[in-house]
Amino acid sequence: MQAQTSAAVRCKSVVKTYDAGGDKVVALGGIDLEINMGELMMLVGPSGCGKTTLISVIAGILDQDAGSCEVFGEDLMHMRSGQKLKFRARNIGFVFQAFNLLPSLNAVENVSIPLIINGVKRQIAEKKAAKVLEQVGLGSRGKSLPSQLSGGQQQRVAIARALVHDPRLIVCDEPTSALDHETGHTVMDLLKEVALHQDRALVIVTHDARIFGFADRIARMDDGHIDKVVDSVDKL
Amino acid sequence: MNHIALKMLMGDRGKYLGIIMGLTFASLIMTQQPAIFVGLMTRSFSFISDLGLPDIWVMDPKVQFIDDVKPLQDTKLYRVRGVAGVKWAMPLYKGLLKARMADGTFQTCNVIGLDDATLIGGPPIMLEGKLEDLRRSDGVIVDIDGAKDKLAKPPLTPGGKPVPLKIGDSLELNDKRAIVVGIAKTTKTFQSQPVVYTTYSRAIRYAPRERKMLSFVLVKAMPGTDIPTLTRRIQEATGLAAYSQKEFMDLTWNYFMKNTGIPINFGISVTLGFIVGAAIAGQTFYNFTLENLRQFGVLKAMGTSNWTLLRMILLQAILVGMIGYGLGVGLTALFGYAMRNTIMAFKFPWQLLVFSGAGVTLICIFAALISIRKVIKLEPAIVFKG
Repeated sequence: MQAQTSAAVRCKSVVKTYDAGGDKVVALGGIDLEINMGELMMLVGPSGCGKTTLISVIAGILDQDAGSCEVFGEDLMHMRSGQKLKFRARNIGFVFQAFNLLPSLNAVENVSIPLIINGVKRQIAEKKAAKVLEQVGLGSRGKSLPSQLSGGQQQRVAIARALVHDPRLIVCDEPTSALDHETGHTVMDLLKEVALHQDRALVIVTHDARIFGFADRIARMDDGHIDKVVDSVDKL
Repeated sequence: MNHIALKMLMGDRGKYLGIIMGLTFASLIMTQQPAIFVGLMTRSFSFISDLGLPDIWVMDPKVQFIDDVKPLQDTKLYRVRGVAGVKWAMPLYKGLLKARMADGTFQTCNVIGLDDATLIGGPPIMLEGKLEDLRRSDGVIVDIDGAKDKLAKPPLTPGGKPVPLKIGDSLELNDKRAIVVGIAKTTKTFQSQPVVYTTYSRAIRYAPRERKMLSFVLVKAMPGTDIPTLTRRIQEATGLAAYSQKEFMDLTWNYFMKNTGIPINFGISVTLGFIVGAAIAGQTFYNFTLENLRQFGVLKAMGTSNWTLLRMILLQAILVGMIGYGLGVGLTALFGYAMRNTIMAFKFPWQLLVFSGAGVTLICIFAALISIRKVIKLEPAIVFKG
């Protein structure tokens, strides 16, 4: 996919430190990163290099200590808490490593959650959720509980949940690490096919080198810094 | 989001039932034990409440409760009758006398002597015979519980059931003959002794002779007379204590509250029930929230506000609270129904429903608060931890 020039995310000198038993641990040591609309950006690197912290900051669920991170031109850190919640609910979709589906809700109900958070009535939300489930190939499993679905199917439900409210940014944390190779590829195909288009950007944090090929650009992180941003896996 | 909250709550059946059981237990203890307590305490003044006719009870000023009889001189009756505003004043004897049973054993009875002419102060319900039958020679009326149990005759066959006392049977009260002429239903008394009604003159004949024999004077006020004014007037004119029925019941209640261990014992039971119920329900509810913390984190990350999460947790707490309360109160009512014909004291007024409702509400608020605190402090970034 051809990367668009308009930036979905623009991070400048983002710093984040954690207090670990009195010691300051620098998770992000001045990150500069732009993610464009229509782009699938992968954040790769060893464990503890700050990938998850960075997507947490990008998604507005963690505040940086210094620097700025604009998402669609809005600086989330300076938003009021209520505004930030609304912004997140409308504009960001999440796909998690551990799927994080609510175990007592069936697939349709799980997928409808972002719509309900955005104030859509349950019946309408569930109708739309059923349609999105069809898009991800799970039209017939709408009434199934997460425990009745395989890992790949659960991740597809999670993808449907991330897409159902048409967010402009989707953040995925290790979406394939709990899946086997073939299922991981299927999930990535699905993400690229269904989730990615010109009005939307995807950020994927991953260790899984088998899926690097799906990225438009790859940012390699190490020790709280971005080493390198490349547009091809061969250049890593 | 309410739908999601309820699904989250009921999704884990084990935890859900655990919370409800804790609250049911707390609610049961908080209603059943006070119901027994209230039942027991009501028995302390049941003799007063059974006597609906008189407006005022007159007695020695040192009397502390209904069974604390300090006899008066018979002449006091006439002094009371002379007070302006008194429609009538009747004597009442109340004392504990030993009845000799057919098998030679003795049973202490509560003997009530009623005014010979009017029989005022008689039992509220006659099951067999008539109150007027007391005028028959040596006639006494016995309460049904006493007739069936403590005053019952020995079994006809060894190992058989005792034979209830019936009309025509005789007793010996202080070596004097008494013939049963009626069986009455009375409210059980605190000491659960058999109650034997007879005439005043016969009662003082049964009782060991003393200089003073009159236990109480029962007074009816003239129509339109203010009762508090009349009680004050009787006190001033006779130097005796005079109480309205309600005041005498309160005096008796307060005596038992202050001078017996009953309130403390039941208070401990109820407090323990509350603490154990709160601990079980609070801990289970808190654990339930802890186990769902990640799910709350997911909702928070997706844009759910703390206020919405708070409402969800409150809804969960209210639902389990209502179910637990309903089951607890229902079980208490069943317990009361099952025990209705036994010696067990049990009274379940609406105030107890309010009391246990408030208790369960407190437990739910406590359980919800500790859970809410955890959820509000929750960092949504936990959702990115594997």
